[in-house]
Amino acid sequence: MEYLLKNGYVVDPVNKIDCERMDIAVKDGKIVESVDESKAKVIDVKNMLVMPGGVDLHSHIAGSKVNVGRLFRPEDHYKDYEVKSGVRRSGVGHSVPSVFTTGYRYAILGYTTVFEPATPPLKTLHTHDELNDIPIIDKACFPLFGNNWFVMESIRDDKLEECAAYVAWLMRTIKGYAIKVVDPGGVEAWKWGITSQDFDQEIPRFGITPRELVRGLVKVNKMLGLPHPVHLHCNQLGIPGNYKTTLKTMDAVKDLAAGDRPILHITHVQFNAYGGVDYLSLSSHADDIADYVNKNPHVTIDIGQVIFGDTTTMTADGPFEYKLFNLLRGKWANSDVEVETGAGVVPITYSRSNYVHAVMWCIGLELALLIKDPWRVFITTDHPNGGPFTEYPRVFSWLMSKKARERVLKRIPRLARVRTNLKDIDREYTFYELAISTRAATAKILGLNNKGHLGVGADADIAVYNINPKEVNPSTDYKLVRQAFSRAYLTMKDGEIIVKDGEIVAAPVGRTYWVNTRAPKDVEDVVIPEVKKRFKEYYTVEFENYCVPESYLAWSAPIQPLEPSGE
Amino acid sequence: MKVINAVLCPGCGSLCDDNEVYVEDNKIVKVKTECAISASKFLNYNKERNTKPLVRVDGQLKPTTLEDAVERVARMLVEAEYPLLYGWSLTSCEAQKKGVELAEEVGGVIDNTTTVCHGPSILGVQDFGDPTCTLGEVKARADLVIYWGCDPSSAHPRHMKRYSSLIKGKFRTPEQRKVVVVDVRKTPTARNANLFIQVKPNQDYELITALKMLLQNEEIEEQEVAGVPVEQIEELAELMRSCEFGMLFFGLGLTMSEGKDRNIDAAITLVCELNKWTKFAIMPMRGHYNVTGANQVLTWQTGYPYAVDFSRGYPRFEPGDTTAVDVLSRGYNDATLVVASDPVANLPKDAVKHLCSKPLAVIDPHMSLTAFMADVVIPSTFVGIEEEGTAYRMDGVALLMKKIVDPPEGILSDAQILDLILKRVRELKKGR
Amino acid sequence: MVKFTLLTGRSLTQGVGKEAGKFSEKYIQEVSTCQIDPEDLKILNVKPGDCVRLTTEYGSVVLRAAASTSAHRGSVYIPYGPYANILIGTKTGGTGMPNFKGIPVEVEPAPGESVPDIKELLVKIYGRVK
Repeated sequence: MEYLLKNGYVVDPVNKIDCERMDIAVKDGKIVESVDESKAKVIDVKNMLVMPGGVDLHSHIAGSKVNVGRLFRPEDHYKDYEVKSGVRRSGVGHSVPSVFTTGYRYAILGYTTVFEPATPPLKTLHTHDELNDIPIIDKACFPLFGNNWFVMESIRDDKLEECAAYVAWLMRTIKGYAIKVVDPGGVEAWKWGITSQDFDQEIPRFGITPRELVRGLVKVNKMLGLPHPVHLHCNQLGIPGNYKTTLKTMDAVKDLAAGDRPILHITHVQFNAYGGVDYLSLSSHADDIADYVNKNPHVTIDIGQVIFGDTTTMTADGPFEYKLFNLLRGKWANSDVEVETGAGVVPITYSRSNYVHAVMWCIGLELALLIKDPWRVFITTDHPNGGPFTEYPRVFSWLMSKKARERVLKRIPRLARVRTNLKDIDREYTFYELAISTRAATAKILGLNNKGHLGVGADADIAVYNINPKEVNPSTDYKLVRQAFSRAYLTMKDGEIIVKDGEIVAAPVGRTYWVNTRAPKDVEDVVIPEVKKRFKEYYTVEFENYCVPESYLAWSAPIQPLEPSGE
Repeated sequence: MKVINAVLCPGCGSLCDDNEVYVEDNKIVKVKTECAISASKFLNYNKERNTKPLVRVDGQLKPTTLEDAVERVARMLVEAEYPLLYGWSLTSCEAQKKGVELAEEVGGVIDNTTTVCHGPSILGVQDFGDPTCTLGEVKARADLVIYWGCDPSSAHPRHMKRYSSLIKGKFRTPEQRKVVVVDVRKTPTARNANLFIQVKPNQDYELITALKMLLQNEEIEEQEVAGVPVEQIEELAELMRSCEFGMLFFGLGLTMSEGKDRNIDAAITLVCELNKWTKFAIMPMRGHYNVTGANQVLTWQTGYPYAVDFSRGYPRFEPGDTTAVDVLSRGYNDATLVVASDPVANLPKDAVKHLCSKPLAVIDPHMSLTAFMADVVIPSTFVGIEEEGTAYRMDGVALLMKKIVDPPEGILSDAQILDLILKRVRELKKGR
Repeated sequence: MVKFTLLTGRSLTQGVGKEAGKFSEKYIQEVSTCQIDPEDLKILNVKPGDCVRLTTEYGSVVLRAAASTSAHRGSVYIPYGPYANILIGTKTGGTGMPNFKGIPVEVEPAPGESVPDIKELLVKIYGRVK
C-alpha cells in the first residue's frame, strides 16, 4: 500500500526538520523517497502537524503488578468503559486500562511504540502474554536486575564476566530489552521487613552496596553492547531529602562514561528530586538535579510528571509502596518475587490543594524546563504512577505555555509556590522540542534506529495532529494544543492507517522487541551450568521451564547488540 | 520408551513442574511423582473419556459430526438472549481468551469456577489489597507457615514439600520452620502441625479479631473465642509476632463459611497489620491448575477477574448479579456453554436445575456429569498432556504446559473448538 | 433426628477419583459418603457403612456413613460433589458464593434405604435424560 501525506508541517528533529511544509511518502510500511502520486492514496494534511509516532520509553502497561492494579481496583473501571464497536474490542480504563483499551488509547494519542519498563524475570511469560494482547503499538519489556541474587553474588565476588554472562543469558531467555534496576538492594532488604536502603549501605546478607551493584551493572551493560543504558529507579524514592541520593547515584558512574553515549538513564526523577526532612518541609531540588544533568552528558532522565486526579501507583519498589500505604491507609498490594525483585501497588489521588502533591507537580515540570538539552530529558508520567498516559497532552500544554502553568499555580497552596522554582521559569517548549522529548530522543536512547524520525527507511509510524504550527501560538492557545494532541487526526503504523480523526479503524498486531544478547561462549559454558545448579536451590520452577520461547511472542522482533560482546 | 522431564502437572494450583513422565507408543506408561492426584491425572486421563461429538436426540446422546456440533452450539449462543459461558479453570489461557472473545461477541456473561471457590478472596483483595509473594519466597525465608481453612495434604499434596514447611531454602531449613493449622476439624495436615487450633464452624472472623486484639496488646475478657481457649490464641499471636517471615495460606474454610468475603477482609488486614512487627504475607490455595489463569486473562482483557457481563457491549462486574450461581438460581440465562468444568457436580441443586432446564452445551475431554446432562457435547484435548498451553500457578507465576502425547485422531483443543464456534457465530450474526 | 453442622470440602480420594472420571466407582463412593465422628455415630445409633438421611432446608439425600478420624464432634463432612449439593442452597448474599460450609443439617438413620445411583439421581432431580 502506498500513501502520500501532502502539505503537512513536518517536525522531524533527527533530520533537523522544523515545521517545514513537506510531503511524506509511504510504501510497504516504510518511509520512502517518493511514490507515484497517481497510484498512491493521497491524504491531504494541509496546515497540520506531522510528527513521527510517539515513543514512550517508560509506561507500566503489562505484567503481574499492572494486573494486580486492574484486579484490585474495579472502581477504576466502573465509570470509564469502552463499548465494543467495529474493530474495537470492549474494555475499561482509567489509570489501569485493560489491554485492548491501552493499545487503542495510545494510538489515538499518536503513539506507536511503548515500552513496559519493569518485569520480574520469573513472571515475564505473563508480561509477554499481556503485551501480545495489546494491539497496534510496538513494545518491549525491561527485566529487573537490581535485587537479583545471581547478580549480587557475582558482583560481590568481583566476577563481572560471570555477571555479564548471566545477564546475557537471562535477557535473551525471557526476551527482554534492557537492564532495569529498581531500588537496588532495597527490595531484597524489604524481604526482611527493612523499608529503607541507602546508596552506600550494605545490602543485608549480600555484602555489597547499591553503589557497587549499579556500577557493576553499568559495566555489564557496556560489555554486552545493549542498545539502551541501564535504566535506573533510584534508592529512597519518594522520601524527603532524596535528591542527594539521586546526585550521588548519577555521579557514581561518571568515570565509567566513554564518549558521548549516555550510560545511565534515571527514571521518573520527579519522585527523587526532593529536599526537606519530612513531608511538611518537602521542597524542590529539581534545580540541583537539572544543574548536574546539564553539566554531565553521561545521564539521561525522564520526568515522571504528576497529574492531579485519581490514579494508581505501582512499582517494583515494594518498600516504598509499603510506606505509601502507611501514609494513605487505603488498599495495599505487595508481591515479593523469589530471587529477583518485588512489587507494590497503592491507589492514590493527587490533589491540587495538598501541599506535597502540589510540590511534586511543580518538580516534574521544573526538571523538563531547567534541563537544557531536550535530547536528554523525556516526558513521562511514569504511567500510571504520576497519572494516566491519556493525560500526556495536558503535560505538553504545561510545558509549552507559561500561562497554562500559571493557571494551575494560582490554585495550589501558597507555600508550595514559595518552596519551588516553577513560577519563575519562563521557558516554553516548542513543537520541535516536544517532538524531540517524546519521539526523536526516546527512540534514539532506546537504540531504535527506525523509529522516532521520518527519514527514508524509517518505519512508517506517523502521527498527524490537527493543529497549524504557523497559526497557533501554543503559549496562549494551550487548550488547542491539548485538544489536538488528545486525538490524532491520523495515526499510521507500519504504513497502515490506524486512527482516522480520533477513531480506531484498524488494530493490527505490534512487534515485541528483545535483544539477542550473548556473552563469550567460553564464559557462558561455565556460568550457565552453574546457574542451572543453583536454580534448584533458589527457585520453585525448573530451569527448563523458565524460558519464554520466541514463538510465544505474537510478532518477535529480535535486535542484535550494538557491539561485539566481551571486553 | 522415552522419558520427558520437567513436566507440569495439570492438577491443582501448585502447578508442580518437575514431574518425570514415561511415554511409549504415544501412551503414558509411568509417572515419577509423589502426588496421588498427579499420578491419577497422568495415568487415568483416558478413562471415561469422550472421543465423539454428541447431540441429544430423543433424550439420548448420539454421535454426530464436529461440524454439526459446532453449528448447534453457535446457534444456541446466537439465539439466546443472555447466554452463560461457564467453567474455564481446567484449560489453557489460550482457550480462556477465546472464551472472552466469544462472550463479548454474543453479549453473554462469562464466569469461572472462582465464583464458588476463591471469589470471596478476590472481593477481599478488592476491599483491602493483597500483601503476598511468590512461593519461592516462602521456601527461602518462612519460619512460620499457617494453613488456615485448607488441607494441603488432601488438596495440594506436594505443597509443603515443594514450597513451605518441609523444604530447605536459602535461609531456612525445615527444622527452622513451624507449621500451624487452623481448621474446624483435625485434617491430615493438622495431624502433622506444630500447633493445631480447632475453630468452631463459622467463627473464623471472631478468631481473627481476637488475634488482632492480642497483637495490639488488648486484653480478651472471654475464656475462649470461637471455641478456642485464649491461651492457644495467645500462643499463635506470639508465634506470628516473633517470626522473621510468616506466611498465611488459606482456603475454602474461610471463603465458604459464614462471613465469606468478610473473613478474607479480616485475614488480609491481619496480615497488613502484622507487617508492622515483622514480614508477613498471605496467599489463597487455588484449587485448579489454571483457575488463576482464568482470573488473570479475564482481568487484563476486561478489567475484572470473573463474573463478567457483556450484555451492554462492555464489561460489567456485579458480584451477586453476574456471578454464575446467582445468574442460574434466578433464571437469568437462557442457554449455557460449559468449558473445562463440571457444574452439575459442583454447583448447588437449584442452580443445576436451571442449568439443565435450558439449552446446554459442553466442551470437555471427560464424560463429566455435566456432559451427561447436556444437549451437545464436544470432546477436546487435555492441556498439559495432549496440548501445549499457558497456565498460572496459585502465586501468579505463568508457565507453559507441555504436550507429551498426541491426542486421539480428530480431537481438537478447547481453543480450536471455540475458534470454530466464534467464526460460525460471526457468520450467523451477519446473516441476521 | 440429630442436629449437626454440615461441612463440604475436598478429600484426597475425591481429588484422585475425579481424575479417573466422575462416574468412576472411586469418585462416586467417596462423594456419597459422609464422615461422622465415632462418638456422634454412637448417639445416632448408626454403624459405619449404614445409610443415613441428611436434610437441610434446601433438600434431603441418603448417604453412606463413615467414621471420621478428624475429630469434629457435631459436624458432618461430605466431600464436594453432586450428592452434597442436594443439601446446599443458592443464596449468596450478594457475594456469588453459596453457603457450602457451616449450614445446619439434620441427620437420622435410614435403615432399608440406599444411596441413590448417580445416574438415577441426576435424571430424577434434573430431568431431561431418558
